[in-house]
Amino acid sequence: MTSDSPRPPPRRRFFGGFGRRELQGLFWQVLVVGIVLGVVAFLWSNTVTNLSARRITTGFAFLGREAGMPIADSLLSYNPRDTYLWAFVVGIANTLRVAVIGIVLATILGTLIGISRLSANWLLSRLAAVYVETLRDIPLLLQLLFWYVLMQALPAARAAWRPVEGVFLSNRGLILPAIPVGSPQLWVLGTAVLGLAVFYLIRRWLIAQQMRDGKPRPAWPFAVGLIVALPAAMSVALGVSWKIEWPELRGFNFVGGLTLAPEYFALLIALVTYTSAFIAEIVRSGIQSVPRGQWDAANALGLRRSFMLRQIILPQALRVIVPPMTSQYLNLTKNSSLAVAIGYQDVVSVANTTLNQTGQAIEAIALIMAVFLTISLGISFFMNWYNSRIALVER
Amino acid sequence: MTAITDIPDAPRAARRPQMGNPVLRWLRTNLFSSIPNAILSVVLLAILAKGIFSFVQWGIANAVWLTPANDSSACKAVRGLGACWAIIPEKYRFILFGTYPFDEQWRPALSVVLFIALFYLSTGRALWRRELAYIWIGALALISVLMWGGVFGFSFVSQDRWGGLPVTLILATFGLAFGFPLGILVALGRRSKLPAIRSLSVLYVELIRGVPLVSLLFMASVMFPLFMPSGFNIDKLLRAQIAIILFAGAYLAEVIRGGLQAVPRGQYEAADALGLSYWRKHRLIVLPQAIRHVIPPLVNTFIAFFKDTSLVLIIGIFDLLTTAKTAIIDPAWQQFSVEVYIFVAAIYFVFCFAMSRYSRGLEANTASR
Repeated sequence: MTSDSPRPPPRRRFFGGFGRRELQGLFWQVLVVGIVLGVVAFLWSNTVTNLSARRITTGFAFLGREAGMPIADSLLSYNPRDTYLWAFVVGIANTLRVAVIGIVLATILGTLIGISRLSANWLLSRLAAVYVETLRDIPLLLQLLFWYVLMQALPAARAAWRPVEGVFLSNRGLILPAIPVGSPQLWVLGTAVLGLAVFYLIRRWLIAQQMRDGKPRPAWPFAVGLIVALPAAMSVALGVSWKIEWPELRGFNFVGGLTLAPEYFALLIALVTYTSAFIAEIVRSGIQSVPRGQWDAANALGLRRSFMLRQIILPQALRVIVPPMTSQYLNLTKNSSLAVAIGYQDVVSVANTTLNQTGQAIEAIALIMAVFLTISLGISFFMNWYNSRIALVER
Repeated sequence: MTAITDIPDAPRAARRPQMGNPVLRWLRTNLFSSIPNAILSVVLLAILAKGIFSFVQWGIANAVWLTPANDSSACKAVRGLGACWAIIPEKYRFILFGTYPFDEQWRPALSVVLFIALFYLSTGRALWRRELAYIWIGALALISVLMWGGVFGFSFVSQDRWGGLPVTLILATFGLAFGFPLGILVALGRRSKLPAIRSLSVLYVELIRGVPLVSLLFMASVMFPLFMPSGFNIDKLLRAQIAIILFAGAYLAEVIRGGLQAVPRGQYEAADALGLSYWRKHRLIVLPQAIRHVIPPLVNTFIAFFKDTSLVLIIGIFDLLTTAKTAIIDPAWQQFSVEVYIFVAAIYFVFCFAMSRYSRGLEANTASR
């Protein structure tokens, strides 16, 4: 690349103001780009020849054809006569279903374990350390296969385990009681979410007021009113039913309730436990990064412990915690593609089947890449926004 | 849950007077410091005791350790009550070495020993010199000779028949040996002043890091033949190896870039002032410092790769996990997969745990200096 030879002080100029350095830089760039383009062109021409030899037309027209692949477990309604496009959408929904719930559960579990590792209780902190070391040092795929084998070894539906009344664990998966959610229930939930948003704005205003005159203004009456009372009143007025549906064993299978298929359940357990081990370490180092003086200062001010944790320690720990947490969330999402090994149909698995059925390799891989890049960008965007919110404000 | 105030560094209330029996004192400070803590300890002890008791019952007391060859009836008798460790002596040769010719299996076994010796040698700080690179090249060449054979009177064994632990180690080690220089080049490219080279490096890193390894492996197994001129085909193992190298390169590049950013500007300027060329500047001044900075994260990346090589199961390459999964297809032993998975998990654990211990030792070492 650029050679920084000190010898010729008066820079020789070649064409129109280009110095020797610039020319060398240009030469290297042209060379590298040329090689890359050459390789890509070579591969592309081979691919085109090979595809035409196999009578495969490139392009995304195949997405409109009938998929004919079964997808056993999905949120969206699907049957094998639907198109490839719809199969992909169902696959994406399945990926998101495991990734979003996995991220939430892994964060909760990881935080609990990270805090446990710092506990003064020797037994608890040792147990947490053993948990972290063991799970981190065994490949996720192995853990996944292990959980899946355990799921399959569970008793049949008729002899299902009942850890709690209404919860069944059998080789059909985990069956939980559920509240059926239709559009009336969604309206009430939507109101609660709207109430939360309004409450958030009100709280900001209250804090701004407190900043001005120093008088604390309680925010909780607004919370109760907007998030609880208003939706409750609406629910009563509209007569929305919130009856819990209890699963029942009829014949060889369960009726009612919410069923988590064994594949989904195994994948979820594996992803959550594996990722929580990494999150625990992040949380631990985040809390440890808060200098001792901050604890001392908070104690000296006589702050209550909950207030101290919430207002002094946590905001500082989060600055250290959030950036590596983002990459764990991304890892969890990418790792959900291991679903293909146990036959849970996520987007990678659907793409793989598509690829085998149609031979549209490039398109299928391009779709996987597009989906994951979009999800990654979405998560990074959200986490960067959150990170900038909690970042140190220098005054 | 106990509170976060119990951090070692956190201020504590006035200490109790330290008197009496040291064991009791230890118990009091570490397990029974307060009433909630005492309750927690008792509950945990009860759970732990129950867990250990049932594991001992299943894994040791009721377990079957040996059976006559290919006879799993003894195991089936205790199914659900005790472990069938007898499957390990029955299948360990297949799990460790796959379908490698049975009489020649000392060759992969020796390769595994060589790999471990190579890793062990590389941990010594005193050996981090140019000679280490020659040792690596020599050892990898020796391992290739051992595995392939065809010379020195060794019979030739094609890589279709390789399997088990050597394949896992080969994928991880070669992935590293080639991914590392690639990572250095890309990291330099990403910090280069030349826009075309910089954007190519960024594109490479972000594309690879943005997608799961599974899709790269699919690409290697399905799309690679499409990319090549017809009639030209390379072996599946090599294709997976290429995918792993490309994957490793992108992740290592990011770690190395972090190290490059940690080298003070003055070092670059001093090298420029000495009149060193770009390559000599990086080789002699910048990279040695940059890599030293990032050795702990590098080791963590290696651990991640070592685990990630197990993903080749999905495209049907016989690494350690795949041989384990294949070993239990045998109908007589099908029900005892948990035992096999525990065995294989223990092997992975030993490797990864050793590496993570080493990385922590290094961190403590650099922190204290």
